[in-house]
Amino acid sequence: MAIKKFICIGCPKGCSLKVEHTEKTINEISDYSCKIGLKYAQTEFTEPKRTITTTVKLKSGDLPFVPVKTKEPVNKEKIFEVMNVISELEIESPVRVGDVVVSNIAGTGVDLVCTRNIKNAGMR
Amino acid sequence: MKKLEYDLVIIGGGPAGLAAALEAKRDGVSKILICERAPYLGGILNQCIHNGFGLQYFKEELTGPEYASRFIEELENSDIDVKLGTMVMEIMADKKVIAVNREDGMFQIDTKALILAMGCRERTRGAITIPGSRPAGIMTAGTAQSYVNLEGYLPGKEVVILGSGDIGLIMARRLTLEGVNVKGVIELMPYSTGLIRNKVQCLDDFGIPLLLSHSITEVHGNERLEGVTIAEVDKSFKPIEGTEHYVSCDTLLLSVGLIPENELSNNLGCEMDKVTRGPVVNEKRITNIPWVFACGNVLHVHDLVDNVTQEAEIAGKAAAAFINNKTNEEEKDVIITHDKNIGYVVPQHIDALNNQEQTIKFFLRVRNPDEDVRLIVKDNFNKTLLNLKKTIVEPGTMVTFNLPREFVTKDTSSIDISISKEQAQ
Repeated sequence: MAIKKFICIGCPKGCSLKVEHTEKTINEISDYSCKIGLKYAQTEFTEPKRTITTTVKLKSGDLPFVPVKTKEPVNKEKIFEVMNVISELEIESPVRVGDVVVSNIAGTGVDLVCTRNIKNAGMR
Repeated sequence: MKKLEYDLVIIGGGPAGLAAALEAKRDGVSKILICERAPYLGGILNQCIHNGFGLQYFKEELTGPEYASRFIEELENSDIDVKLGTMVMEIMADKKVIAVNREDGMFQIDTKALILAMGCRERTRGAITIPGSRPAGIMTAGTAQSYVNLEGYLPGKEVVILGSGDIGLIMARRLTLEGVNVKGVIELMPYSTGLIRNKVQCLDDFGIPLLLSHSITEVHGNERLEGVTIAEVDKSFKPIEGTEHYVSCDTLLLSVGLIPENELSNNLGCEMDKVTRGPVVNEKRITNIPWVFACGNVLHVHDLVDNVTQEAEIAGKAAAAFINNKTNEEEKDVIITHDKNIGYVVPQHIDALNNQEQTIKFFLRVRNPDEDVRLIVKDNFNKTLLNLKKTIVEPGTMVTFNLPREFVTKDTSSIDISISKEQAQ
C-alpha cells in the first residue's frame, strides 16, 4: 500500500489530504475537512480536473474581450487543447453571464460560457 | 459649479462600494451616489477572470466578473445613482465632496455621510528598490493582468515574477496558458506569501519553479529588459555571495504587496493605522470622523473578496443607522491591543454600548507562520474571553474570529488579543 498526498484547491483553506492506495485503487482518504476535499482527493487521484478561465475576442462590444470559463472542470491534460480552440474564437456582442460560447469544447463534454455582461458598443 | 445633494456618497464602485451601497439601500437610505473612477463598475474583479470567488458568501465558486455582476445587476435594479469616469478630488470637513468628470465638469456633492471604498494599489519597483538599469518590460503583476485580460495584449515572451503574492501566482498560470514562457517565481521570504491553493494550481500544475529566500540583485538591459540576476538571501535578507545566477527574460512582473489608496482620507484628516495603512475604525467601520466610514481594501488589504463584502455590509449598515439617527447616543470606547506575534487587528477599537449586532467580527494578520497555536482574547480584568486553537497561521492568510457581544460589558475598557504556541499538556 502506498500513500499519495494532495493539497486541496477547493477553497482558500488549502487542506492537506492523504490518499492510501494499492496501485490505482483507493483504499482510504483521510485528513479532509469537508465534502469538497473528499471529492477533490478522489478526482485528483483518478482524473485530475481544472476549470479553465480565459478570454474570447468580442465583435463590436463595449469592450474588446469577454472573460469565459469552462462550466465544469475539465481533464487537466486537455487544458492546452481547449486553449487552442479558444484562441481561434471571435463572437458577437452583446453577451450575458452564462451565455454558451462553445458546447462540448474540444470533446471534453463541458461547455465554455461567458462570465461578464458586455453590451454592444452601439447599444448605449 | 454644479451642486448635488445626497444622503450617502460612496467613493469607489468595486466590491466594497457595491456591497456597502446595497446594504445601506436595504436599510432605508433613500439618496445614494457611487462615484467610480473607471468607466465601469466592479473594480479589480473585472480583471480577475480566474475562479475561486464567492465560496463563502454565495456558497459557490465564481470568477471575479461573475461575482461583481451579481452586485452590479442588483444595483441596476435599484435607485442607487452611479457616476462613472468620475474622480473625487477632495472630501471637505463640512461634508462636501468635490469631484470631476467629462459630463459635469467639476462639481460639488453635499452629503450626510460618506463611505471610503477606494481599494488599494500595487507596490511598484520604486517601493522595493531593485538595483540596475531602467528598461521597458518591468511592471506590476496587476498591470500585466489588465493588459492580458481586459485589453488582450501579452506583456512579453519570457517572464520572471518577483514576489509570490496571489496576483503573481495567478499571472504565472494565466501567461503560461497564453503560451508565454514563465521561468519562475522569486520570493524573498522563506515561505510563499500567496494562498497555498494558488501555489498548487498555478505553479505546480505547470511545473513553474518557486524559489524561496531568493531576490533579484540586478536588472539587465537598456531599451528593453534582457535578464535579471537572482541570488539566494540569508536570514537578514542579504544576498549570499556566490549564489548569483543570470536568468534571461524580457519581462519582470512585480507581485510585492498592496497599499491602501488613502490620499483622500489623509487629506480629510482621518486617523491612520501605521501597519494597515488604512484608517483607524471601530467595529461599525466608523473612522475618527463620525460621518465617514471605511471598508474593503482601503481599510486593510484582504485576501478574500467575500470578507470585503461582509465588511462593506457592516459599513453600509452603520452608515444607514447614522443617517437615520438610529445609533446609540452614548458610546463607551474599548481599545483593542495585541501582542507582537500579531501584525494588526481590525477593528482597532469597539463601542461597548453598541448593541446592534450579536457578535463582533475581528480580522487579524500574524507576523510569522506558525503551527498549533492558541488565539487568546482577554479583557482588562485579565479574564479569558476566547481561547481558540489554530492549526496553521500564516501572514498571507487573514485570521478571523467572532467575539460574542455579551462578553463586552460597560466595565470593559480594553481587550487584548495574543497568539502563542500551544503548551504541551
